[in-house]
Amino acid sequence: MNALLSRYLRPHRLVLLLIAFLLLIQVVTNLYLPNLNADIINQGVITGDIGYILRAGGVMLLVSLILGISSVIAVYFSARTAMRLGRDIRGDVFRRVESLSLSQVNALGVPSLITRNTNDVQQIQMLVMTGLTMMVLAPITAVGAVIMAIRENAQLSLLLIVIIPLMLGVISIMIFKAIPLFKVMQVKIDRVNQVLRENLTGIRVVRAFNRTPLEELRFAEANANLTDTTLKVTRIFAMVLPMLLLVMNLSSVAVLWFGGHLVADGSMPIGNLTAFLAYIMQILFSVMMAVMTLMMVPRAAASADRINEVLNTVPDIVDAAHQQRPDGERLGHVEFIDVGFRYPGAEEPILRGINIEIPSGTTTAIIGGTGSGKTTVVNLLPRLLDVTEGSVRIGGIDVRDTPQEELWAAFGLVPQKAFLFTGTVASNLRFGLPEATDDQIWEALEIAQAAEFVRTLPEGLDSVVEQGGANFSGGQRQRLAIARALVRRPAIYVFDDSFSALDYATDARLRRALRDCVEGATVIIVAQRVASITTADQILVMDEGVIVGRGTHDELLLSCETYREIVDSQAEVGAVS
Amino acid sequence: MSVQRPGPPPPRGPMGGGPPGMTMVPSAEKAKNFRGSLRRFSSRLRPERGVAVLVLALGIASVFLTVLGPKLLGNATNLIFDGVMGAQIPAGVTQAQAVDHLRATGQTRQADMLAAMTVTPGQGVDFTALAQLLALVAVVYFLASVLSWAQNYLMAGVTQRTMYRLREEVDAKLGRLPLSYFDRTSRGDLLSRVTNDIDNISMTLQQTLTQLVTAVLTVIGVLAMMVWISPILALISVLTVPLSFLVTMVIAKRSRPHFAAQWKSTGELNSIVEEMFSGHELVRVYGHRDQAISDFDRTNEVMAESSFKAQFISGIIQPALMLISNLNYVAIAVFGGLRVASGSMSLGDVQAFIQYSRQFTMPITQIAGVANLLQSGAASAERVFELLDADDQAPDSDKPVPLADPSGRISFENVRFRYLEDTPLIEDMSLEVLPGQTIAIVGPTGAGKTTLVNLLMRFYEIQAGRILIDGIDTRDATRADVRRCFGMVLQDTWLFEGTIYDNIAYGADAPTPADIERAARASFAEHFIRTLPDGFATKLTEQAANISAGERQLLTIARAFLADPAVLILDEATSSVDTRTEVLIQRAMAQLRKGRTSFVIAHRLSTIRNADVIVVMRDGSIVEQGDHEQLMAAHGFYYDLYQSQFAESAE
Repeated sequence: MNALLSRYLRPHRLVLLLIAFLLLIQVVTNLYLPNLNADIINQGVITGDIGYILRAGGVMLLVSLILGISSVIAVYFSARTAMRLGRDIRGDVFRRVESLSLSQVNALGVPSLITRNTNDVQQIQMLVMTGLTMMVLAPITAVGAVIMAIRENAQLSLLLIVIIPLMLGVISIMIFKAIPLFKVMQVKIDRVNQVLRENLTGIRVVRAFNRTPLEELRFAEANANLTDTTLKVTRIFAMVLPMLLLVMNLSSVAVLWFGGHLVADGSMPIGNLTAFLAYIMQILFSVMMAVMTLMMVPRAAASADRINEVLNTVPDIVDAAHQQRPDGERLGHVEFIDVGFRYPGAEEPILRGINIEIPSGTTTAIIGGTGSGKTTVVNLLPRLLDVTEGSVRIGGIDVRDTPQEELWAAFGLVPQKAFLFTGTVASNLRFGLPEATDDQIWEALEIAQAAEFVRTLPEGLDSVVEQGGANFSGGQRQRLAIARALVRRPAIYVFDDSFSALDYATDARLRRALRDCVEGATVIIVAQRVASITTADQILVMDEGVIVGRGTHDELLLSCETYREIVDSQAEVGAVS
Repeated sequence: MSVQRPGPPPPRGPMGGGPPGMTMVPSAEKAKNFRGSLRRFSSRLRPERGVAVLVLALGIASVFLTVLGPKLLGNATNLIFDGVMGAQIPAGVTQAQAVDHLRATGQTRQADMLAAMTVTPGQGVDFTALAQLLALVAVVYFLASVLSWAQNYLMAGVTQRTMYRLREEVDAKLGRLPLSYFDRTSRGDLLSRVTNDIDNISMTLQQTLTQLVTAVLTVIGVLAMMVWISPILALISVLTVPLSFLVTMVIAKRSRPHFAAQWKSTGELNSIVEEMFSGHELVRVYGHRDQAISDFDRTNEVMAESSFKAQFISGIIQPALMLISNLNYVAIAVFGGLRVASGSMSLGDVQAFIQYSRQFTMPITQIAGVANLLQSGAASAERVFELLDADDQAPDSDKPVPLADPSGRISFENVRFRYLEDTPLIEDMSLEVLPGQTIAIVGPTGAGKTTLVNLLMRFYEIQAGRILIDGIDTRDATRADVRRCFGMVLQDTWLFEGTIYDNIAYGADAPTPADIERAARASFAEHFIRTLPDGFATKLTEQAANISAGERQLLTIARAFLADPAVLILDEATSSVDTRTEVLIQRAMAQLRKGRTSFVIAHRLSTIRNADVIVVMRDGSIVEQGDHEQLMAAHGFYYDLYQSQFAESAE
């Protein structure tokens, strides 16, 4: 955490200095008040000098005002610094994630990355905000108060040698016992909520399998665990505050006893006694405040670790040192040479010995079962993943030697999940080509069979797309995602199971329109329905990470058992709904 | 997170303190019936009545002793002051003589002050008296702390036991609610009631009860002491209270629009982050990265600016309150000083008064904070009570007819069912299913095919007629027995956090590892399970996000295999499982269906044509039933449906 903080606080050095100065003013003025009060007693009250009392009162008023103003300025700068720090960390985390590869993003987990980019940064930001005021102020106050106390009376200050360690002792017992329990408690709360959540989402299954009593047992256990832990934590806290108060109160008693002797033998004026009491309270209070702020630290430290993990992740897919540019003519030529792919730590590879050659301007279809590796194959093309064996070449150049920006520009990718972004229909279609004209967009919509429904929308191209495209049906989303790829007019189209949500008629119309449009471009289709791919120049049949058949539809019907199985099963498939 | 904020903080130094920003938590939601919910919640504490009374008594005693402290300490100061003054007067001179002497020399003020003191001339500080007094104070403080500790200790038990009971009750309630309740209520809303709201109540309970009691008692006690010591000074201190409230309110009101802007931009930023991370591959391949970063930066800037304003303005509250409290301090120091000088007040009393005034503002701010917390706690309690008040499902029959070893014969006799009283759905359905028969349920998407599942499983109760299993009315058997007859594979897969092994094992009471592997093999899930890093021991995350939708479905199928029921309910559309796996599943399902009655939500012509009975549904109700030939001959809705299908798939 320290590394993170020092890195992001460095640009604010001067402001931090200013804040420190302002805090110093606060401390000094704050400590001066009891001193003035002592003067009122010693020189005003005892001598009956009303003029002095009023004058000292005026000074106190002035000092209070200075104190107030400097705190407001300090709050201004610490809020500004904390918020800017949060902004900068957020920006850097976001930039870093944007430069990571798909497998790195998946390894860190999208939900976790979202939390790191938002809530975790928030934690750090709050810590800095309070830290800049409380955590700095408390120690300065404590030190200042000690100095003032010694000034009032050095002998009496010896009491602090007993009181402060006592106070710290009480507090550290609390920290060492309670903090680990807090963590345990959070785990138990999560567990209770998780059991409830699972029960709700799976209510039909729970009841269908008659598992209600089992679920109740699971819950009762989680509930009892949570109650036990919480009880322990709260009982520790039940002791802490009364003990702290006792230490403080007994300190006052001690001050009066020992101070009384000092006053009696004339080594200390009586007004200093009152001031001394005030200082003792300030010291003890500062110690407590500092500790309470310190309790925020473990949580923020965990957040900092999570943020650092992102910032320290080096993008594993980057541009090569010696870049080669594919020849524009052959940009659509795709080759896989002995390609293998394995996720780090997986028992079995996803892909083995894949050899494919796709000449420019031809259509290749890939078909196969769940987990057979179809999507992995297409993800290797635009380097969403990098091969672990062999080589993928586009235009004769290994994709790892091609500048990524150029590589990506060659692709029109329609992923399995038709993901739309919040915005408008137009902004989604211009996603890959910001300068696309309305005409280009309409043309793409026509081909994707989406023009008709977009036209019926009241706002047309400017219709709002809600988060996740929730205001469009699955089929509509898919057609918009296809249109988005078409707008780019790329050299290579990749359709990863992109027609699944379309009914047969639309599917057929779309494919017909597509045929003319993609003339000259290379097309790679990952498909479920045989009907979508019968006209492909080449069909690859995949099973468990290897290619078990290749050829045209007719050739495969003769040569490939797996392909025949698929065809047979689909001959009888007719979706009723 | 229910971190207990540890009770009332100790008296502040003149500058005050307290973590900044804590007073400015915007109250989330207000209860509709604040008093009602609060009263009802308090009634839940009834089992703890005895302890609660004790807690209150301890609180009163502890606060009384705490409040007594400063006054006693003031007396100690007076003793010292008396001694100091006494030492200045030569022995043998009476106090009255000394006063007269002072007056005679024109030191009238000091004369007044001295006149008000109890001074033994010539004698210094009476240390015996001081020792006795301070010992008393020490005992008083010690007792106060012990009592306050006992109070907190007991209170922890009260709150935790109450929360335990509430959680238990809510969970039991979830087990008793009819399924219609879950279908009617949005899942997110329900989840938030059983998790967030309960957490919120727990936090409120922990933080408010003791704090509120102590704070209120302290305010009363301190005020009483202040008035007793000096009504005029007390008036000054009391005046700072409305002033503090006013200042807080004015500043809070100014910060509110900035807070709103902050939440808004936070929401926007979160959604940018979520979308760009979720669509990572698109952002990369479509070269959208620079655009994404500049969008992010713009919102990030707005957010930083609005949160800065919100934090700064609300951050002023603390220094402002501090200033007010310091002004109060100055006022007391000056007026108190004047009054001591004029002899109408003792020095010790001024000291005590300063301590009291510091103890005074703190609990008042606390009460304000607690009131906010209480509001949101009451709103949560209200939402939980709404859940607890919902109607239970009809209880199982008192003398249930056992339904052991069912053969799978099922009859619907004149069944009538409506989700809504005024919307006819199933009006008079009769259907006879013999053991081993296949019933296909067909119809367009949204035709309400799950309604039949709901009735078969007794997730919903029929309004008229009977559903019989092996001649036994399902309402005469227990729900558990009815459901044991069925195995269900639906599109909506449900897996819980745990290993793949445990998830499959859910299907049976005490399966052996061999049973589970057999089920996995039969459902063709074994292959993908073996490719996972830990095989069967692979832990699924809560949303089972680490396996694909198709794989999830395979696991639920394996679970049904394991359950080995007499009747199957299958949702045939395995749209999330791709072609080849689908083929295998088809075969496995055919195998599984052998010798069992099956209700199939059908999508395949082959299934439909061979079904013994086809139930055709449209717009939620059953429009036709019969076998394929009969329905085709009838030239009705099924005929049209079949024709259009045939035409399309021939294309």
